[in-house]
Amino acid sequence: MNDWQPSATVDRLRQRAAIIKQIRDFFSSRDILEVETPALSQGTITDVYLDAMTSAHPLQGSGPASTLYLQTSPEYAMKRMLAAGFPDIYQIAKCFRQDEIGRLHNPEFTMLEWYRRDYSMQQLIDEVAELLRCIFKLSSTKQVTYQALFLQYLNIDPINVSEQSLSSICFKNKLGDYVTQVKKAHESDSSTAVDDIKDALLQILFNQCIEPHIGQYVPICVTHFPASQASLAKLNGGDGDGGDKKTALRFEFYYKGIELANGFEELTDANVQVERFENDNQIRKSLNKPVRPIDKRFITALEVGLPACSGVALGLDRLIMLALGCDSISDVMSFDISRA
Amino acid sequence: MANFSTNEFKAGLKIMLDGEPCSILENEYVKPGKGQAFNRVRIRKLISGKVLEKTFRSGESFEGADVMDTDLAYLYNDGEFWHFMNNETFEQIAADEKAVGDNVKWLVENDLCTLTLWNGSPIVVTPPNFVELEITETDPGLKGDTAGTGGKPATLTTGAVVRVPLFVQRGEVVKVDTRSGEYVSRAQK
Repeated sequence: MNDWQPSATVDRLRQRAAIIKQIRDFFSSRDILEVETPALSQGTITDVYLDAMTSAHPLQGSGPASTLYLQTSPEYAMKRMLAAGFPDIYQIAKCFRQDEIGRLHNPEFTMLEWYRRDYSMQQLIDEVAELLRCIFKLSSTKQVTYQALFLQYLNIDPINVSEQSLSSICFKNKLGDYVTQVKKAHESDSSTAVDDIKDALLQILFNQCIEPHIGQYVPICVTHFPASQASLAKLNGGDGDGGDKKTALRFEFYYKGIELANGFEELTDANVQVERFENDNQIRKSLNKPVRPIDKRFITALEVGLPACSGVALGLDRLIMLALGCDSISDVMSFDISRA
Repeated sequence: MANFSTNEFKAGLKIMLDGEPCSILENEYVKPGKGQAFNRVRIRKLISGKVLEKTFRSGESFEGADVMDTDLAYLYNDGEFWHFMNNETFEQIAADEKAVGDNVKWLVENDLCTLTLWNGSPIVVTPPNFVELEITETDPGLKGDTAGTGGKPATLTTGAVVRVPLFVQRGEVVKVDTRSGEYVSRAQK
């Protein structure tokens, strides 16, 4: 077997190093501080569809072992730094996600994540777009709302659509098996479960019927996801800015059919954040998945006060893969998991 | 039979789908960053031969299909069944019309065919890629013609009809590609 050899050629890794240098220059020229946070942490995320890998180690060096989690992204630690008064920060971090293997996935991968204080979602989108134009050597990028895309490609309003009409559109697009499997997975038919089913159907329709058509020539930013997919983003509205709280200040960049970055105008309200975590755990229960402990240090940081900010996480391996015109992230990683 | 999760899907794995054995051709894992993972799978239904694209929720399990391929020599047809024999164990297996299907026209005595067995019974009979058959009927061709100008239909001993060059005559044995149904050459004597 040749599996002792790297999965990437030396030429590709040289280009990878050059892109990473370009990224560091981009941030240092903007006076954004590079930081490192722990890959291994006592706290973790409640996300229903992201599972952290775990380890165990005694915290005092002896005694009973505590469960420790590998980070799925450095988000919580970086926000804790912001709450502690740190300036704008960025990080190039190894992240780990259970059960994610494929052409565009490796259980261990590299994330580029950064936070900008007092930035609105739009200001951060403009900055991400600038970085992408610089890396891909392009002169333009695009931007569109989630709702506009569904209206254009599927003629439905994703924000106000019923689960029934989503199901029937899925059936029309040969996704009937998937609908049946998603519905069967939920033990209860509580309103959180119904929202989760709707989100699953929206996601698959987005992936199958919209993604292949967008961002083929230049990266496109999709904004204002449904509130049920807000994750850690602020809802659109509530501060007298005219929004109706049905959408979230969340954006994603796509390029050549690949999801590249996910960003938020960050939720800063500790109570709302706890509610979302508890809601995640409700859905976890409904799916028979283990409930995750809420990261108390993160919540305390929000209570003390996370300054108004926007943040984004970008898959660095995918960025490099696209920049080099490769088909798989393993082409730009020294050793993918099959050789690690 | 064991169950297989979508995480274990790889080319060649045989699973049961809607009561029919299927072979996985390709499997792509798709996972929106914050969303639910799913698998886009290309599948061949083994009985009908149809290729389908399916989307499954990641982690769904499917029953494995007890399917295996075995190479057996074709013996004879008794009017209802086609009989095949394992040349090593001399064990015989009979395939019905459904399993033989259109490939009946490529069955040559003693040729090794691949029989796909599901729960021990043949569901597909695949002839060798090339077979040699005698021409029983074809129009007399023009002398001096060389291969490649359209040709003419020729009926073979099994009833198969293939296009052959004009110079090939009745009584000759020709080599045919069973996958395309096309004439390859005159058989080497």
